[in-house]
Amino acid sequence: MNLSVSIGKLTLQNPVMVASGTFGYGAEYARLLDLNQLGAVVVKGIRLTPVRGNPTPRTAEVTSGMLNAIGLQGPGVDGFIEKYWPFLKSLRVPAVINIWGTTVEEYAEVARRFDAVGGVGALELNVSCPNIKEGGAQFGTDPKLLAAVVAACRKATTLPLITKLSPNVTSIVPYALAAEAEGSDALSITNSFPAMAIDIESRRPKLANVTGGLTGPCIKPIAIKLIWDARRAVKIPIIGMGGIQSAADAVEFMLAGANAVAVGTANFYEPQTALAVIAGIRDYLQWHNIENIHDLVGAVRLS
Amino acid sequence: MVEQTVQIISNERDTDAYFQLTLQAPEIARATQPGQFMHLRIPPLREALLRRPFSIFQANGETVAVLYKTVGKGTNALAKMRAGEELSAIGPLGHGFTVPAGGGETPLLVAGGYGMAAMYLLAERSPQKGIVFVGGRQRVDILCEAEFRKIGWEVRATTEDGSYGEKGLVTQPLVAELKRGGRNRKLFACGPTAMLKAVAKIAEEFQVPAEISTDEHMCCGVGVCLTCVVPIKTASGWEYQRTCTEGPVFDSRNVLWEIAK
Ligand SMILES: Cc1cc2nc3c(=O)[nH]c(=O)nc-3n(C[C@H](O)[C@H](O)[C@H](O)COP(=O)(O)OP(=O)(O)OC[C@H]3O[C@@H](n4cnc5c(N)ncnc54)[C@H](O)[C@@H]3O)c2cc1C
Ligand SMILES: Cc1cc2nc3c(=O)[nH]c(=O)nc-3n(C[C@H](O)[C@H](O)[C@H](O)COP(=O)(O)O)c2cc1C
Ligand code: FES
Repeated sequence: MNLSVSIGKLTLQNPVMVASGTFGYGAEYARLLDLNQLGAVVVKGIRLTPVRGNPTPRTAEVTSGMLNAIGLQGPGVDGFIEKYWPFLKSLRVPAVINIWGTTVEEYAEVARRFDAVGGVGALELNVSCPNIKEGGAQFGTDPKLLAAVVAACRKATTLPLITKLSPNVTSIVPYALAAEAEGSDALSITNSFPAMAIDIESRRPKLANVTGGLTGPCIKPIAIKLIWDARRAVKIPIIGMGGIQSAADAVEFMLAGANAVAVGTANFYEPQTALAVIAGIRDYLQWHNIENIHDLVGAVRLS
Repeated sequence: MVEQTVQIISNERDTDAYFQLTLQAPEIARATQPGQFMHLRIPPLREALLRRPFSIFQANGETVAVLYKTVGKGTNALAKMRAGEELSAIGPLGHGFTVPAGGGETPLLVAGGYGMAAMYLLAERSPQKGIVFVGGRQRVDILCEAEFRKIGWEVRATTEDGSYGEKGLVTQPLVAELKRGGRNRKLFACGPTAMLKAVAKIAEEFQVPAEISTDEHMCCGVGVCLTCVVPIKTASGWEYQRTCTEGPVFDSRNVLWEIAK
């Protein structure tokens, strides 16, 4: 049975990763599960300098999902390399570094810095965080800016580049095409959806940031549709995410066109989810007599 | 820290809206330090996905207990669970209280609501007995007083409506005690943020050290999501640190109270 998946020059032993921002820097969950079983570990978003993040409350639970407005708190490139890279480097599975910036130049500089580190599996360009006022989201909602970010990062590094698209657009197709045209090796779909919740007694927003990003099982059908749209437009691999909590969910993403998947919010409530998804995909392939996982990709039957 | 499916040994009403849940969880019980917590997945909660954090009240060999108040979906669903049913627990989690050294300082505990439960293990394991100041709105909010007395601690209760103990806020008898003087006292506090802020101020005024346990909304409970943060002073300013990992217990002098919610 072949579960391996390629993203540019990177090969994953299986298609199941963990999503940025839901798995810290890897080490935190190492006490609860064997990270070397995963396809890849994707770390929390990093920009050039340290980021303090938003005030609390930063989260609110909603029906079958949650809102978050962390504000991309992080240690910056230097802090990350010093504190977290030694552990990630020691893993047998690739580490994907999620990066962002407030200017095209910053994105490129961060990409250059990680290129120089040696041993990084891939870079995931976060052009779509809804919780940062400057930068972040606007790169994901203007195809020209998106193209500029991808092109600049492409020049700055030979590492595989994954562009993480924003769902907050009328059609995802021009963004998927722009990323592909500028040399992105893959797409990640989807980031969280801009959303809001209000406490009806205090009449105050449940998040200090007022709005945040919606994630979890409630977004899954929307994510499936986004992947289906992008799949028909581009040839590069797509990493699908949005509410995955079982192997059945992961298979559905693959049938819609995802080559790989990432488990996000589910890590918070069931840290073993990604491992269960890998085991369940194996069972599914065996049961359906499928030798190569690639045969599932985009294999939804329309008639 | 382990993640385990554990069995409910008992889940009984304690007083009014408070319940005591006892779980068969030997690995968690053995590793628990005072002030640590567990992150529980409550199986009947289908559309509410997240785990709920609860301080570990007692840890006896094979079992752990929590005292919880029914305040919402999760705690109400938990209250309906019965002995023999199972739930998933991650624990023990977080950085707890510093247990006083023998012959060291006299511990003065300040508790509101479930804070009493969160500090019981500290009292039990402290070689030096001290005083617990406990406050609540009314009599039913004063939890596990008998347990503290049983291990030789003095309990001074206050209620806002005067239905039990002294009428007023928990900080009144605390200030009175500190004014009486004495050496080597240290405060430990767990309760609502307003109470923690008041305790921090009193600690500063009387120049006594204080450890406080913070309460923030949590998703992961293990340090990955960065939702549970509190502002903590650093050499170069301040930064957000995690209640679930660097906390829940912090030195009150290090908390940037002006910014804390
Ligand atoms: C470190 C720590 C220790 C705690 N120990 C205890 C304890 O020993 N006994 C006890 O009764 N309670 C304790 N709490 C509070 C307890 O976690 C909440 O009362 C509980 O999560 C409420 O869940 P719910 O579904 O009933 O409420 P809902 O309001 O329906 O919950 C909605 C969401 O908000 C979160 N939430 C609501 N109130 C709180 C709160 N006060 N703190 C954190 N998250 C909250 C829930 O976890 C959930 O994600 C502790 C909290 C923390 C952070
Ligand atoms: C608390 C939290 C923090 C996140 N942080 C990031 C981040 O730093 N960078 C990023 O690209 N995506 C981030 N995401 C988005 C996830 O990687 C993922 O795209 C999204 O949660 C959808 O998947 P899910 O529904 O399985 O969680 C974050 C999500 C959550 C819930
Ligand atoms: S609850 Fe996730 S970091 Fe503290």
